[in-house]
Parts: sequence; structure tokens; C-alpha cells
Amino acid sequence: MARAKKTKPGRIGRKVFAPAQVKSTRELADFQRAMWTLISRPLTPANHMPRRWKDGRPTAALAAQIAKPNDRLTSFERLEIYSRMYWFRVLDSLYDDCPGLRAVLGVPRFTKLAEAYLVKYPSRSFSLRNLPSRLARFIREEPRWTAPHAALCHDLALFEWARVEVFDSAALPVFTLDDLLGADPAKLKLMLQPYLQLLDLRYPVDDFILAVKQREELSRGEASNTSLASAPAKKTPKKIRPPARGRTCVAVHRLEGRIYFKRLEPAAFQVLSALRSGKTLAQALAAGIPRARRPREDWAAKVQAWFRVWMELGWFCQR
Amino acid sequence: MPANRFNAHTDYGVGIGLRIPHYDHILSKKPTVDWFEIISENYLVDGGRPLAVLDRILEQYRVVQHGVSLYFGSADKPDRAQLRRLKNLVKRTRTPWLSDHLCWGSIDGSYSHDLLPMPYTFSAAKRTAEKIRHVSDFLEIPICVENVSSYTEFHVSEMTEWEFLSEVVERADCGILLDVNNIYVSSRNHGFNPYDYVDNVPHHRVGQMHIAGHTKFEKYILDTHDHAPIDPVWKLYAHATKLCGVTATLLEWDDKIPSFDEVHAEALKSTEYIDDARAAQKRRTQRDFVGGVSSPRRAS
Repeated sequence: MARAKKTKPGRIGRKVFAPAQVKSTRELADFQRAMWTLISRPLTPANHMPRRWKDGRPTAALAAQIAKPNDRLTSFERLEIYSRMYWFRVLDSLYDDCPGLRAVLGVPRFTKLAEAYLVKYPSRSFSLRNLPSRLARFIREEPRWTAPHAALCHDLALFEWARVEVFDSAALPVFTLDDLLGADPAKLKLMLQPYLQLLDLRYPVDDFILAVKQREELSRGEASNTSLASAPAKKTPKKIRPPARGRTCVAVHRLEGRIYFKRLEPAAFQVLSALRSGKTLAQALAAGIPRARRPREDWAAKVQAWFRVWMELGWFCQR
Repeated sequence: MPANRFNAHTDYGVGIGLRIPHYDHILSKKPTVDWFEIISENYLVDGGRPLAVLDRILEQYRVVQHGVSLYFGSADKPDRAQLRRLKNLVKRTRTPWLSDHLCWGSIDGSYSHDLLPMPYTFSAAKRTAEKIRHVSDFLEIPICVENVSSYTEFHVSEMTEWEFLSEVVERADCGILLDVNNIYVSSRNHGFNPYDYVDNVPHHRVGQMHIAGHTKFEKYILDTHDHAPIDPVWKLYAHATKLCGVTATLLEWDDKIPSFDEVHAEALKSTEYIDDARAAQKRRTQRDFVGGVSSPRRAS
């Protein structure tokens, strides 16, 4: 005899959607799971909860198992307030964090991407800061949401998440020249600041993001009523063309609280990446500098210049 | 009761929320403010501008932490990593007490980033109180739980919201952050008398109060914090202050934020009611002293 499946409230396709009582922690979890399932389903284009559930049942019937109606609102409408608040909040958060993706896709397609992303990867953190952390992965897994710009959008998602990380990651005490005195390059390991992000991208998204930000600043200026009456007329912001493909190694970093992007030569990127992975200085240099391509003295001067700048920027830190 | 064990026996006066648009004004003009309330989650990070600004604020001002993501009412267990970060921040700010909401917001590890209303049942109250005790023990600091605005009621509920709040705080032996605007909003959405709510919570547990503005729609009121409190909210605040005594009060203004001076001036309106409460408290003390007894006051 076939055993009846154990019902789990909140799951579709079952008659019981929400528990009729909450007299245990398990029932509390069931109740919360049911409500979460209902309010986290994407809204319709008109910002309503869908009228039909995935199995064809009226959503109103499921809502009625959870919420009481009152003299002004049905159960459905009362829960819809929460559904809207949820979606507006998380979409607003991604909207703010992803200006580059928005510029490439346009707001309607970006919104569809964000909804699909949050359905597959709902927030797993107490902080909205971490909301875009898996967006690049999602774009790689499901390129249809960003086609034909999937590779560009993947790079943009990586870059925009890097900016979030750089903004508030730790800054450790910097490594000074004194710390280098007497060090053996074969054994010396230099640690990179946690706030430094190294990206090897297929598109020059750093320049693209700067152009997008400048365009948004311009738009804000024109939208503002403040003290613009006598300001010189500004040009209407133009749509920015997506960048052409081209390998781009870039460091996203922080200086005095502000975020900066710095292009790196591929060899410099390799050296820094090797240092980050725990290689010694000698191993990192060997990993980054191609053998016998140029006279040795050219590389010595170049490497010295890299390290001088990196030290000035405080990218190396003490363990 | 100007000070009680739920606000670490402090008498903080009138504060405002520390918000990004006011950073420059505060750091450059150094206005006189009793205290700032910070949203803990904005500073649960490892570095950068948020902590740099906070450290500069802490050099000159008293700060109280207010959270939005502990979700005491969630069936999920507390997030240990979050609690460790929170404890580090508590040490940094030296906040006398910490507040968060009487709500849920996560399930099975997924976060709504919203303050979702509780089903008012005894079982839920017991579970919620256990989590509050756990968090308070871990953080080693008094906790005040805030009543939230709500837009729905549940079939499973077994009591009123104020009975649920009372049940939770008595079981957890914690304080209350009484948000009078939230009471007003919920009363209009659910059709109860907000004075019944204020009259029937344990006043001796109120460690802090919130006031704020809201937005009225055709069929419901939304807690938007985007303008000044309306008169009925101020009246409810005055009533609550009479019952609870002088209590640390904070104006919440989180959207369409005006100038610092405008927000602060609005917050300082509460001093009128606080002064009345202080005078009434003084009269009571003198009367009790003359009478030679100290009789317990009724809740209403």
C-alpha cells in the first residue's frame, strides 16, 4: 500500500498550506514558511500578488488560511502589502548596487533578472549588503536572462560586488619598508589588504561603470530643483554603448574611505594574485613575469615601479 | 522611573537616528544632541567609512544600538556569526542597552529583510522569549523589544498584540521599546483602541520610546517614517509618558530626510511631555514622602 506523503505547509500542491494552530516551534516554522512562500513569489507587472498559485489554486484561498480579512481588506490584500514591501525593498537594494547591469539591460530586463535571481538565491544574510554576492554565479548559470550580453553582465556583476566588498572590508596595519629589511625574497610572503579586490575580466567594465556613474550624476543634476536655475545648461545624458570585448585586469581598492579602480598589467595582476594565494615573493614574481621575453633589466625597473606604487597605496599589510 | 534596569539605569533624554545625509553636518558643526540611535546592521562590517564615521561620532556623543535583523520571533535559531559581530559592535559603542523588534523575518535561513508580524500564541511567545534571553546572555547587555507596525492579523492568534508583548517580556525578563507610532498605525489597521494597548503593557519595563511619522492610504496606514509625527501620535506619546515616566525617546525619520536641524527640532518637541512627566513624578515623590508610604501605582 502506498504511504501518504507527509504534508509540509507552504509547499505547493498540497491541500494544507498553513497550519491551523501554532502550538509548537515546528508549527511556528510551518506557519512562517507558508507566509514566506506566499509573499516571496514575484509580483505581477502591475505589482500585485499573482491571482493563481503555481498549481492553479486561487492564491486568495491560500492567503485566507493565514490572514484574517477586515472591513477594508481581504486576506489576500493584507498579505499583498508584505509581498510588495519585500519585493520593493530587495529590488531597490539591487538597483542601487548594480548601476552597470541596469545600464546594459535597461530597467525592465534588469528587474526580471533580479527577480529570477532572488527566487533561485534568496537572501541568506542578515544584511542587505550581501544581496548581490551570488549574482555573477547566477548569470553564469542562467545566461538567458542577460543574453546576448551574458559575458559582459557576468563581469559587471563581479565588478559591482567587488565594489560592495571594498567599501567596508577590513584595513589591516600596512606593511612598511622597515618590515622588508633583511627579508629573504625566497621566504617572504606579503599579505594583501582584505579590501583589495583583484579582477581578471573579459570586458573593460571599469571605464564603463565610470561612464554610467557620470551619466547618473548628470541625470540627478537635471532632475534636481536645487540651485540649477542659473546653472549653465547641461547636455542631455546619452545612452552608453556597452564596451567592446577586451581583457581587463583591474584592482578595486579603497583610499581614505573612497573606492578607486586601478588597471593592472596582466603580469602585475599575476604577481598580486600569487601573493594573495600565499605564494612567496620569489614564487609570485616567477608566476607573473614571463621568461626571456624581454631583457631582464626592463622587468626589474617595471617590477620596482609596481611595488613602489602598491606600497604607497598601502596594499600590503601585516599578518 | 527615569531609569530602570532595562536601559541600564540611564536617563538619556531625547535622541535622533544617525543617518548618512546628516554625517557632514554632525561632524563639522558638532550640534548638541542627547544621544544618537544607530542601526546596528549598518556597522556590522569590518572596516571602511561606516566604522570610521561611527568612531568619530563616538568620540563626542552617546550612542544606542537599534537592530532590525535579530528576528527574535523567527523559528530559526539565532545566527552565531551575526551575534559575534554584534557583540564586537556593542563593545565598540558601549551602548547601555540594545533594542530590536518583536517580529520574525527569516525562515530556513532565507531572509525577508522585513519586520513580519508574529502569530500571537503562547507557544510563539515562549519560543521568542527563549531567543531574547539567549541573545541577552550572549551580548551581556539589557535588551528592549520593540512593537512593530502590522498590516495583517492571523487566524492562529490566541491573544491581543499587547497581551503577546507582555507575555514575551515577562517570560524573557527584558525591556520594551514602546513605539507609539507603531501602536497608532496598527490600531488604525486593525480597529483597536491604541490607549488600551498603552494602558495594558507593563510600564515598568519600558526602557525607551519611539515616535515617527506614517502615511495614510485609502484602506490602510503604512509606517513610512518619512515625515513628522501627527498630533494623535504625540497625544498617545504624552499618555504613554504619563504612565511610564520619563523615558529615553527617539524620533525616527528614515525617508525624505530633511535637514538635521529640522529633524532635531521635531524630536525636541517631546521634551514638553517629558518635562510634564518629570514634574508629575516629582509631585508623586513629594506626596509619597509626606504620606510616609510608597504605594504601587496602577497601570492605568
